[in-house]
Amino acid sequence: MTALPTEPVPAPLPFEDQLPTQPEPRRRGVTNLGDRLYQATLSVLALMLPLVLATLVGLLIINAGPSLKRFGFHFLWTSVWDPVAGEFGAAPMIFGTVASSFLALLLAVPLSLGVSVFLTEFAPKWLRAPVAFTVELLAAIPSVVYGLWGIFVLIPFLRTFVVPPLRHVLGWTPFLSGVFYGNSLLAGAVILAIMIVPYIAAVSREVLLAVPSSQREAALGMGATRWEAVWTAVIPYGRAGLIGAVILGLGRALGETMAVTMVIGNRHDIGLSVLGPAYTMAAAIANEFSEATTNLYLSALFEVGLVLFVITVCVNALARLLIWQVARGTAVGSRAL
Amino acid sequence: MSTGAVTAGTVDARGGARRLRRRIMSGVMTGVVCALCFIAVLALFLILGDLIRKGASSLDWNFFVKNPAPAGQAGGGVANAIVGTAIIVGLASVIGLPIGIGTGLYLAEFGSGRFGWIVRFVADVMNGTPSIVVGIFAWTWLVKPMGHFSALAGGVSLAVLMIPMIARTSEEMIRLVPHSLREAALALGYPRWRTSLHVIVRTALAGIVTGALVGVARIAGETAPLLFTALGNLNFSTNVLQPMQALSLQIFTYATGPFEDWHRLAWAAALVLMGLVLVLALSARWAIRQYRAGR
Repeated sequence: MTALPTEPVPAPLPFEDQLPTQPEPRRRGVTNLGDRLYQATLSVLALMLPLVLATLVGLLIINAGPSLKRFGFHFLWTSVWDPVAGEFGAAPMIFGTVASSFLALLLAVPLSLGVSVFLTEFAPKWLRAPVAFTVELLAAIPSVVYGLWGIFVLIPFLRTFVVPPLRHVLGWTPFLSGVFYGNSLLAGAVILAIMIVPYIAAVSREVLLAVPSSQREAALGMGATRWEAVWTAVIPYGRAGLIGAVILGLGRALGETMAVTMVIGNRHDIGLSVLGPAYTMAAAIANEFSEATTNLYLSALFEVGLVLFVITVCVNALARLLIWQVARGTAVGSRAL
Repeated sequence: MSTGAVTAGTVDARGGARRLRRRIMSGVMTGVVCALCFIAVLALFLILGDLIRKGASSLDWNFFVKNPAPAGQAGGGVANAIVGTAIIVGLASVIGLPIGIGTGLYLAEFGSGRFGWIVRFVADVMNGTPSIVVGIFAWTWLVKPMGHFSALAGGVSLAVLMIPMIARTSEEMIRLVPHSLREAALALGYPRWRTSLHVIVRTALAGIVTGALVGVARIAGETAPLLFTALGNLNFSTNVLQPMQALSLQIFTYATGPFEDWHRLAWAAALVLMGLVLVLALSARWAIRQYRAGR
């Protein structure tokens, strides 16, 4: 036992106890004046954003105060909007916002999932980047340009080619009753759908790219067809992220203003028919804010803004949490235009 | 129960049919996703095509150098709106770029703690905030106390929209810089601030520029925040403390107005605005390719 060769123990250096001791470990980033100044400057800049958000929330609540006090929660489900009598209820706008956004999702989800699945799973390599970029360019088109296009191209198109056949097949349902004047819930939803496709497509594409290729290979190796591999192995793996992408699109649709304002018809009314005019919260603010003559009227519009803000924040937070589950910690979607 | 009783022969026959069905299914679904993708791409080309078809014919010298004609009269241009957009977007960039890039730099360099997490979360929340809400916020914050609408308020509202976006993209770009560069600089005795500014930022510059371009492209076409801040102006104005016209506001007014001539000008203005945004987006694309190629 004792015969095992051992490492020679290094002889203690002479005067070891007289060597200078290690300096105290210095804290990161605060070593000298320049560093301290640098970090302080950046901290101040970074502090701006939380400050602005706090101011925004504070001002919204303060300005919505009179309306909050007067109507309380009734504001959310009464539908009288009478500036002259001083009666305000946001139900029609909330309904219109939710209805147009969900209709838009109905159209946009298959389209954008088709785009992302095609681009990550089926498209030849050379085609992927150009097509992805083209779809992302849809996000670069200004909202007001979508509105212009909606008024002069989409609505005439809907009137001639879409509404008559739709009526023919589903005209007996309450959803397609009434006269189609052009400006309608349907037009708003279609415009919204086109506008949110690039967002959903870009984020869900990143989610699908984050799915490890071992998932695909395992499914293919067990004899699955390409589609079965996508459907049974890739999509379930990224499900949380894909739902997050859709919810992110929903958040966009809820807050979209100009294009919707220009085509949805702007009427305080709850109607089941998608052919009738409707209203959204954002559109109401855009249309009526500068005409709000009384304090209460203005305050009611601020409350509409507050409700809209709270809804979009919740929706976006939910989306982020879901996306983070798949692609942890990265700013998914920021690479999209 | 009955599946347990099938004979080998039927399994074979069924297996063949099923295999065929599965392959057909796979082919059909490939076609479906391909078609869906085609529709999305088609939408872009339809919109761009309509813009060019309806807008290009109105683009003449007058369009760029004349101010709007009185309502209902033919002719006139949008010179005031083009200059107005340039000024408002310039103001927004002057305010938004330093704060946005500084925030991104902070997040990349010191953002590992709780404050960094909060800033990141706030940026994501504000990225999803409806622009109209930012508009009424800017109105209460700037227009109401000042007593009148102004281009400055418009610029600030656009900056508020731009900062979170730029903060997040520049953070991501700075994080792409390899760690070895930082270590090399520190080993040479550079203090942290010089390492950060002279080595990290310089390396990530193309990426930061990309983020900035994308941010500017995003806000250049915004309308909703300008409705109650810059308001619009029928005359030529370069005073940032007064109401100012912008292309997007002009398009909104003209598109929803009753005159045929206004509609014509709206298409032309939309084409110009779209061209501006496209140039910014494409140069961002070009810059990022340079950057990623250099990594």
